[in-house]
Amino acid sequence: MNNFSNRKYIIGGIFILVVLIFIIRLFNLQIIDDTYKLSAENNSQRQVTQYPARGLIYDRNGKLLVYNQAAYDLMLIPRQLEVFDTTDFCQLLGIEKLELIEGIAKAKHYSYRKASIFLKQLSSERYAVLQEKLYKFPGFFVQTRTLRKYPLKSAAHALGYLREVTNQEIKSDPYFRQGDYIGKSGIERTYEKELRGEKGVKIYWVDVFNRIKGSFRNGKFDEKAISGKNLHSSLDIDLQQYGELLMQNKKGGIVAIEPHTGEILAKVSSPGYDPEMFVGRAMNKNYQMMVQNDSLKPLFDRTMQALYPPGSIFKLVNALVALQENVISPATRFECHSGYHVGNFTMGCHSHASPLDLRHAIQQSCNAYFANVFRYILESPKFGSVQDGYTAWRKDVTSFGFGSELGIDLPNEKTGSIPTNEYYQTKYRKNWRALNAISLAIGQGELQITPMQMANMVAAIANRGYYFIPHIVKAVGEDGVLEKKYLEKHYTSIDSSNFIPVIDGMEMVITGGEGSTGALAAIKDIRVCGKTGTVQNSDEADHSVFVAFAPRENPKIAIVVYVENGVWGSRYAAPISGLMIEKYLNGEIAENKKWIEKRMLEADLINQAAASSTGVIE
Amino acid sequence: MTRKVSSIKNLDWWTIFLYVLLVFLGWINIYAAVYNEEHQSIFDISQRYGKQLMWIGAAFFLAIVILIIEGKFFSAFAYPTYLFMIFLLVAVLIFGREVNGARSWFEIGGIRLQPAEFAKFATCLAISRYISQFNFKIHKFKSLVIAGVILFTPAVLILLQRDAGSALVYVVFILVLYREGLSGVVLFVGFLSAVLFIITLLLPKLNVLLIILGFSFICLKFMGLRFKQIIIGLSAVFICFGLVWGVIKALQLNVSTYVILIISISLNIIPFLYYIYRERLKNVIWVLLIAVGSLFFTFSVSYLFENVLESHQQERINDLLGIESDPSGAGYNVAQSKIAIGSGGFTGKGFLNGTQTKFKFVPEQSTDFIFCTVGEEWGFIGSTIVLSLLLLLIIRLSFLAERQRSPFSRIYGYGVACILFFHVAINVGMTIGLAPVIGIPLPFFSYGGSSLWAFTILLFVFLRLDANRLELLR
Repeated sequence: MNNFSNRKYIIGGIFILVVLIFIIRLFNLQIIDDTYKLSAENNSQRQVTQYPARGLIYDRNGKLLVYNQAAYDLMLIPRQLEVFDTTDFCQLLGIEKLELIEGIAKAKHYSYRKASIFLKQLSSERYAVLQEKLYKFPGFFVQTRTLRKYPLKSAAHALGYLREVTNQEIKSDPYFRQGDYIGKSGIERTYEKELRGEKGVKIYWVDVFNRIKGSFRNGKFDEKAISGKNLHSSLDIDLQQYGELLMQNKKGGIVAIEPHTGEILAKVSSPGYDPEMFVGRAMNKNYQMMVQNDSLKPLFDRTMQALYPPGSIFKLVNALVALQENVISPATRFECHSGYHVGNFTMGCHSHASPLDLRHAIQQSCNAYFANVFRYILESPKFGSVQDGYTAWRKDVTSFGFGSELGIDLPNEKTGSIPTNEYYQTKYRKNWRALNAISLAIGQGELQITPMQMANMVAAIANRGYYFIPHIVKAVGEDGVLEKKYLEKHYTSIDSSNFIPVIDGMEMVITGGEGSTGALAAIKDIRVCGKTGTVQNSDEADHSVFVAFAPRENPKIAIVVYVENGVWGSRYAAPISGLMIEKYLNGEIAENKKWIEKRMLEADLINQAAASSTGVIE
Repeated sequence: MTRKVSSIKNLDWWTIFLYVLLVFLGWINIYAAVYNEEHQSIFDISQRYGKQLMWIGAAFFLAIVILIIEGKFFSAFAYPTYLFMIFLLVAVLIFGREVNGARSWFEIGGIRLQPAEFAKFATCLAISRYISQFNFKIHKFKSLVIAGVILFTPAVLILLQRDAGSALVYVVFILVLYREGLSGVVLFVGFLSAVLFIITLLLPKLNVLLIILGFSFICLKFMGLRFKQIIIGLSAVFICFGLVWGVIKALQLNVSTYVILIISISLNIIPFLYYIYRERLKNVIWVLLIAVGSLFFTFSVSYLFENVLESHQQERINDLLGIESDPSGAGYNVAQSKIAIGSGGFTGKGFLNGTQTKFKFVPEQSTDFIFCTVGEEWGFIGSTIVLSLLLLLIIRLSFLAERQRSPFSRIYGYGVACILFFHVAINVGMTIGLAPVIGIPLPFFSYGGSSLWAFTILLFVFLRLDANRLELLR
């Protein structure tokens, strides 16, 4: 009765066709195409980074300098917030209610679902109290981070500090994530890679809101974090602290090096700062304060960044170059009539016996003698011209490591400079005369040298001709590997035999009797060799410098002490050097020298200067 | 005839068996989708599977009640039921509760009901009743208009509730009308429209125009036109194009090639029509009409798409067609759904072992995306079985419909089968990326009392009618 009953086949066909298409599609999705299975795995896992403990830093005797302390960041996930007792909460954390409201708003602005830092670096005391009550405040949780702790509050410049990474650093190094810390100066920066270790990862099952639902395959694919390597610094922390003490209320630096290894024993930049000031929440405030408000620039590392003229200690180098170039012999004598006079030119000197040989000239630090020596070198017929003579001189001088980076394992090393022949040719004329550069003879003028380079020079003298690149880490990790460049001898261009008369003169500086400028550095039963320096300073009081090494045979320590505005080398730098050497070699200061120690500790060049500059007369 | 409640043996137990099986499988998957270890009791009514168990109980009760009611009742009360439903659809617009942006829920004593679900049943009754009347003639304009009004009224009201998915269901009644004698041309035009719709959105306007043009000329050849005539026609269009192009360039107007082509075709229409009239080419006129109709259609599609559809609907359609694919944006649901199903593999990850659905990567997983759980945990085998069971039920229903003596029952039966088919096609289609994401439930599987009850009523009314198949109902 129905004309259209055949249409049931068409309709049924449509039904079957659609389901058939679906089944083919399912076959493709579920069996042929693998991409969906992979996506599913990635979809539902979350990799949680496990932070390694940062390596510890010890001194050369195994004393702990830097260790880790846990800090607790209070984190907040806004969507998990519920109504809570805000008064109680604020009291627990010691914050104002306004801070709480702003903090929550900020977190919400960042993300409702992701955790953001609500309060950084709670103290462990506060954390202990908070922990018990945390259940009352859903949405808040605590994330542990490691901060540095400095038990001895010393050697801040050498050790350096950590800071949160910047976005730029995150971009340039895929290791970092937001909120990580990175070494920003000192050892922390140079040995960042060794200290930080390797992050691990823990894999969890998560749902679409990234909420953890359990461990992924019982931790089968987890990777444990590998702790950073411990470092053994070459610093002798007792010596370091003693140096810091002696330099209190003075501007300047001390560098002490073990000559036969190049290991830095002490590195004092004064005024310094307490490394703890750069830890934790106060860091930014303290940093601002030190950079902007402190005229003494405590962050400025005077041992490696301050460029000073070396003063008379540079006479040692000139003597060595002259001997090497064979323009004088140790017996060569020059006269001095209270100075060096050529035509209208006069370079003053103090009054002493005349004429002197090389050894006595070093002992007495005779300016006229070294002015002659310098001219002898530059004007020597063997070089043909003053310019070629100068170039030869400069080559010998720079073989001590001046004028370029030494390659120390610390950041921000300044190169300093030894002027070139071209410099004088531009300044004077093409055929400039030796007198134009005569101030180099006594370490004044255009020379720019860091205390670190001066110390390295002394180490080279102590070694009679070679040095190791100074370094502050003597062993990395348990197997104690060290970069190869710190194990290689760097030879100066001076023959070993030429050092003997110079060292003789240096010993006489200490123990030569009358006219010895460094007598206050003498130590009983130890043959100390040294040289004073007084660096002319046009506006303020002269700088006091002293270099020394001891004992004379088989030297254990080479040192430079640079005291700004300390007037004569003999006044502060020499006695401080003596005390440092004695402390290092004997472990204590002999009774008969306690008066020197007392005088050095009490000396106050900073507040004095400030007092005089403000016109207060005591 | 005495009141003879058709005996139990007259019921189609196959269908009932399929129904119970599907409801049971659906419940298992809801359990798996919302399963978490804290709530393990299957009767925990704080959880969706606990609630669904209540809905299932109520659905069985409804089924029994329906089977007890006299079959004649349904045809007699078809119109009142329909009118009551229209009333509810209007009421929900005013008093309804808004959930997820759709104002389509009544809340009565903590239980939420969605009248749109039940409207399908009422409309199905009404349209069956109307078509089965003696004075209904499928090719009479008036009959078609009234049938259209019966179908479109609820659809429009549901659209007003911003529930586009449920409104779209009424399209499927075309299949029912086709079975009752509606011209195959309507189906063909429907299919053609769908193709045109898709290429309009996929391709630039100019290309669509060229395709229509090329296709028309090919058709003309089949309609018995000689090559010479086609070449002359084509040349006329091209010469026109060249002239118009030259004029436009000369006037230095900024007009696109597309518009120039449209103008040159329009200029040719009248000479073509005159030629067709003179040569009495009756077949050719149809081709021309269809081509012009298609042009008009593409115009309206791009207009409608850009100006009428809301941006999220545009995005979903674009995403389906592979335009501006963005797995974490508009395409997120589908991408996650495909990952879940695809990761199931051949045999699936096993009951309660699905990671994608368990960890809530797939949104709406217990309602619209329940098929993901099937795909992930039961794999290709499970999905195929579930699809086959649904197909089996639909085919069985068509078979039952065909054996009715009464047109009312037959039409109603086809209505039920087609509604179920549409739901399965769209719902499963969207989870595997073959249909746009429109939120309609998978029959018997998706969580929710309203949809389960609506499908149960739809199905069991037909079973009741089928039990009386020997009687003639009007």
